[in-house]
Amino acid sequence: MLAFAPAHAQETVKIGLILPMTGGQASTGKQIDNAVKLYMQQNGDTVAGKKIEVILKDDAAVPDNTKRLAQELIVNDKVSFIAGFGVTPAALAAAPLATQAKVPEIVMAAGTSIITERSPYIVRTSFTLAQSSTIIGDWAAKNGIKKVATLTSDYAPGNDALNFFKQNFTAGGGEIVEEVKVPLQNPDFAPFLQRMKDSKPDAVFVFVPAGQGGNFMKQYAERGLDKSGIKVIGPGDVMDDDLLNGMGDAALGTVTAHLYSAAHPSAANKEFVAAYKKAFGSRPGFMAVGGYDGIRLIYEALKKTGGKTDGDALIEAMKGMKWESPRGPISIDPETRDIVQNIYIRKVEKVDGELYNVEFATFEAVKDSGKTKK
Amino acid sequence: MTTLFTILFDGVAYGMLLFVLACGLAVTLGLMNFVNLAHGAFAMTGGYICAVLVNNSGWPFFTALPLAFVSAAAIGVALERTLYRHLYTRSHLDQVLFTIGLTFMSVAAVDYVMGSSRIFIKLPAALEGQFDFFGVGIGRYRLMIIVICGLLTVALQLILAKTRFGSRLRAAVDDPRAASGLGINVPQVFAFTFAFGCGLAGLGGALSAEILGLDPYFPLKFMIYFLIVVTVGGSSSITGPFLASLLLGIGDVAGKYYVPKMGPFVIYTIMIVILIWRPNGLFGRTAAR
Repeated sequence: MLAFAPAHAQETVKIGLILPMTGGQASTGKQIDNAVKLYMQQNGDTVAGKKIEVILKDDAAVPDNTKRLAQELIVNDKVSFIAGFGVTPAALAAAPLATQAKVPEIVMAAGTSIITERSPYIVRTSFTLAQSSTIIGDWAAKNGIKKVATLTSDYAPGNDALNFFKQNFTAGGGEIVEEVKVPLQNPDFAPFLQRMKDSKPDAVFVFVPAGQGGNFMKQYAERGLDKSGIKVIGPGDVMDDDLLNGMGDAALGTVTAHLYSAAHPSAANKEFVAAYKKAFGSRPGFMAVGGYDGIRLIYEALKKTGGKTDGDALIEAMKGMKWESPRGPISIDPETRDIVQNIYIRKVEKVDGELYNVEFATFEAVKDSGKTKK
Repeated sequence: MTTLFTILFDGVAYGMLLFVLACGLAVTLGLMNFVNLAHGAFAMTGGYICAVLVNNSGWPFFTALPLAFVSAAAIGVALERTLYRHLYTRSHLDQVLFTIGLTFMSVAAVDYVMGSSRIFIKLPAALEGQFDFFGVGIGRYRLMIIVICGLLTVALQLILAKTRFGSRLRAAVDDPRAASGLGINVPQVFAFTFAFGCGLAGLGGALSAEILGLDPYFPLKFMIYFLIVVTVGGSSSITGPFLASLLLGIGDVAGKYYVPKMGPFVIYTIMIVILIWRPNGLFGRTAAR
């Protein structure tokens, strides 16, 4: 992992991949690392005559680590890209370094709107919470959901999700009857769920970080909220493909808006899911897709520059780039360097004995409304 | 009004769970005067063993529960014989450094073997959902926790206060030299007590997976809760931690329900108020002597 450049260093392009490989966000890191490996297996490790070398570093989602690792990678290892970034604070911590060193920062996971505005060298291949939260807000208002209670984790992405949902849902005529922010490290949802139940909404809007979704759904069912006809809606993070099967049948019927489902019915995705399953024995989630498209973006940008690693040229090359991802058609917005993608409305259903998010409606080429509003 | 009882019920269940998780620590810390910060690691071990047995090997949940206890206890006794016993006479700082190191090692080991995703134990259908009792929503799983933990508490209290082993243990703790002079095998008593504490933690870990979630960071995430229970309860008996667990469980659940904005701080507020009032905990050492 720490290997120094071989003697013919001019032939190698190095990518510093900073991910949380340990800690609470480790599943994000593992998915992205897997996806990057998979892409390189499929497409070879040579682009435009240069050898690609990925240097993986673990920041455990602690921004201080991210910053130090990014600095080491840029100064000592002379990487041409820094990539990864599991959480928003980590992506933000590296932003000034990307600007200073003119090194492209490819954000493959972190999802708050502000990130790409912090440096002209940041490009994102994951998503923003605004993208999915506004869509589910519109959808709910148009589909007979009048009263909603919200339960969101009390941190930046949770607040983004809540605010964008609220804005679109109330504009569509919906009413928020109860708003609860739960602490990020929250073991037991029981009292919050009881509050949701007592406020008698048509649906509960939920955003909790990936990992807690399973806990939430189990306790939602335990409390009988599923039987009292209260639906669960939200951005798709809660229903990540990673966790879905562990939630059990309580998750059936949950409607979420998101960029990716392992059940996305396209040839590209079927191939991706099969290859991922074969290589790592599990289903890819939306984080894996963010990583897969991130490394592809790097490959394509290098092809365009003919292997030159000048930061400005690379960013220019990436702007406006379009391709067919396993999640569907995507492009990089030339103005914001953020991803433009389809957002799908999906419902949890049982397919061949396993739970999947089955897509039933598509909102095409959704930009990050967190920025377009400004 | 019925809501109030539902909240009370949830709070009691949560408190009982905290008690089973933490009482092993109260025993090692209070009775054996040993600071075992790796306590949560034994809880996690029990949880994972139960999960593997139920999810992968298809064991019934109620058979896997005692096994979680037994295997955590067995690991406890192995570690006590090889590592822990050398540290009984060392300073508390050495004990803290050693056990926190052990905690980090267990986190890394479980992460390596089991992966870092959160896992759930597949419950029998009979334990899922709620039933209605005069308008009060009673969660079946939480009811089971209250029953199991209640019985355990009574048994524990009886063992410590009424049995020969209980008096040997108390003697061994108060004055190990005099106790061994009277023919009590002090190392054996300690090993057994330690194993029992670890077993309780293992059982608590298995029971808590459904409510608190189970991942490799369990020992670090919940260390604070175990410590709060022991600090507030005092460590000279198990009545203290028991009452503290209930108080904190109910306080936490009620706080999160009635003042959700304040929610996470209620448990700390309770701790601070109690510690100002009684610096050694509800049933602290100095208060008892």
